[in-house]
Amino acid sequence: MEELIYARPVIPGEIKGRLLVSSEPLSFWGGYDQQSGEIIDRRHPLSGKIAAGRVLALPFTRGSSTTTMVLLEAVRVGVAPVALVSSGVDSCFALASIVAKLLYGCTLPVLALQKVDFDVLAPDRWVSIKMDGSIVIGAH
Amino acid sequence: MLDGEHGAAKQMAMSILTQMAEVQGATKLLDITQAHIDATVYVGDAGLEFAERMAGLCVKVAVPSTLNVSPLDESHWREWSVPPEWASKARRQMHAYQSMGTTPTWTCAPYQTMHRPSFGEQIAWGESNAVSFANSVIGARTQLYADMLDICCALTGRAPATGLHLKENRAGNILLSLESVPEEVQGEDSFFTVLGYLMGNLAGNRIPVVEGLIGSPHEDQLKALAASAASSGAIAMFHVVGLTPEASTREAAFQGLRPEERIDITLSLLRRARAELSTASGDHLDLVVLGSPHLSISEIKRLIPLLQGKRTHPEVQFLVTTSRAVARLAEESGAMEILRAFGAKVTVDTCILTTPMLPEGIKVLMTNAGKFAYYAPGLLGREVVFGGMEDCVRSAVNGRVVLEDRLWKS
Repeated sequence: MEELIYARPVIPGEIKGRLLVSSEPLSFWGGYDQQSGEIIDRRHPLSGKIAAGRVLALPFTRGSSTTTMVLLEAVRVGVAPVALVSSGVDSCFALASIVAKLLYGCTLPVLALQKVDFDVLAPDRWVSIKMDGSIVIGAH
Repeated sequence: MLDGEHGAAKQMAMSILTQMAEVQGATKLLDITQAHIDATVYVGDAGLEFAERMAGLCVKVAVPSTLNVSPLDESHWREWSVPPEWASKARRQMHAYQSMGTTPTWTCAPYQTMHRPSFGEQIAWGESNAVSFANSVIGARTQLYADMLDICCALTGRAPATGLHLKENRAGNILLSLESVPEEVQGEDSFFTVLGYLMGNLAGNRIPVVEGLIGSPHEDQLKALAASAASSGAIAMFHVVGLTPEASTREAAFQGLRPEERIDITLSLLRRARAELSTASGDHLDLVVLGSPHLSISEIKRLIPLLQGKRTHPEVQFLVTTSRAVARLAEESGAMEILRAFGAKVTVDTCILTTPMLPEGIKVLMTNAGKFAYYAPGLLGREVVFGGMEDCVRSAVNGRVVLEDRLWKS
């Protein structure tokens, strides 16, 4: 069954992808390998998962202010998620996307959900993100 | 600035800044008095491209700006395993940021230098531990400026007027009570690091207010609290009732509002948090490392009597990471000579997390720093043991992990 939720399109874009979701925040510095796209925070529930090419949904980024730089480098290398979804606006995600556009001309959509909507995101579902921030969550 | 009247670099910086202000819902910008640039950390070519593009436009910062850790200890990197190719890119990145008229402090503890801001100052700082310390312990006002936005603020002298820059957003959200934590545990060497790690996990991205602290901790203990909390959580600000400048009372810390949650910190929560800081089991040890954030001169002075007259085990390396300014003070006071006699090595400007200095043979690290313990497993692929400063020295001398953890286990 399909579900439709609405996010704030912090950095709008149109993309389809498979969700990788956690309710635990993540620092990309020390938590995301910018060479492989692997989640490397060994205390994180997603440790060992590859986030490259996925729609990565995290409540917010914690820890280091270098999260932006790691995400930008992952974009350059080609191992970044295809879109980022957070619960509330995440400044690190937005900034990395703004600079990625400036340096490499690519669009990395960033979406901010209300907490109640973030909580309905289920692992591995396919999602379709539209320019206006609407997210269609597909069947398994 | 947006129209390019002040040059292409300031135009680019202002464009990024105004886009971010819109993202954050700020309707105006405010003037800042100083910046601290975390974008000096090298993680790959993208950051270097950004730095060189800005620097190539011959631009200078608009306000005094300090630099965070560098990607290279220029004097000592050859003694370690830093690849020459890395060193050359690191140098380019360092040069790019220095050429913009910044102050080459190269430290993650800028609040322990002569550039420390004052209460109420509006600043734009990167580096999570420094932001947490500046807001909470000093009462200066900054958001956590992510890498690259920090330099945009420095170049323009402006920041979005939102978040922790505004008094109303600095009120506490949740209350953490230490009522049930015995005094002897509160006085334990690693208590503040463990509490910080737990606080970051519990508070997430809310502002915690700690109540019930016994005694009066010194600045380096608050530094440990800030750094740990800013690693395990998104803690850009916290209050300690009766201690930090915006928390003379509980009411002041919450600005008269009710806490949205109250959590009693128990011994069992602290014990679990302390256990989580270590990933290694067994007593094998290759390297003891102190100094994240960079050790202050007072921390070095506390370390000296613990290791004076002793020597680190031949199979265990002992490393201290600090700023060049503190290293100079340590040299002048004679502390450096005692460190050398112990067999310690000192790295300045950078640290094990920001330069690839560790040889492959080093598999297990021991540290008293929550930040090293938190990031080393992911960033370095190494196992880590967390202990107090005394535990670290004792273990280095014995050549194996020796923890005095009676208080944590009873």
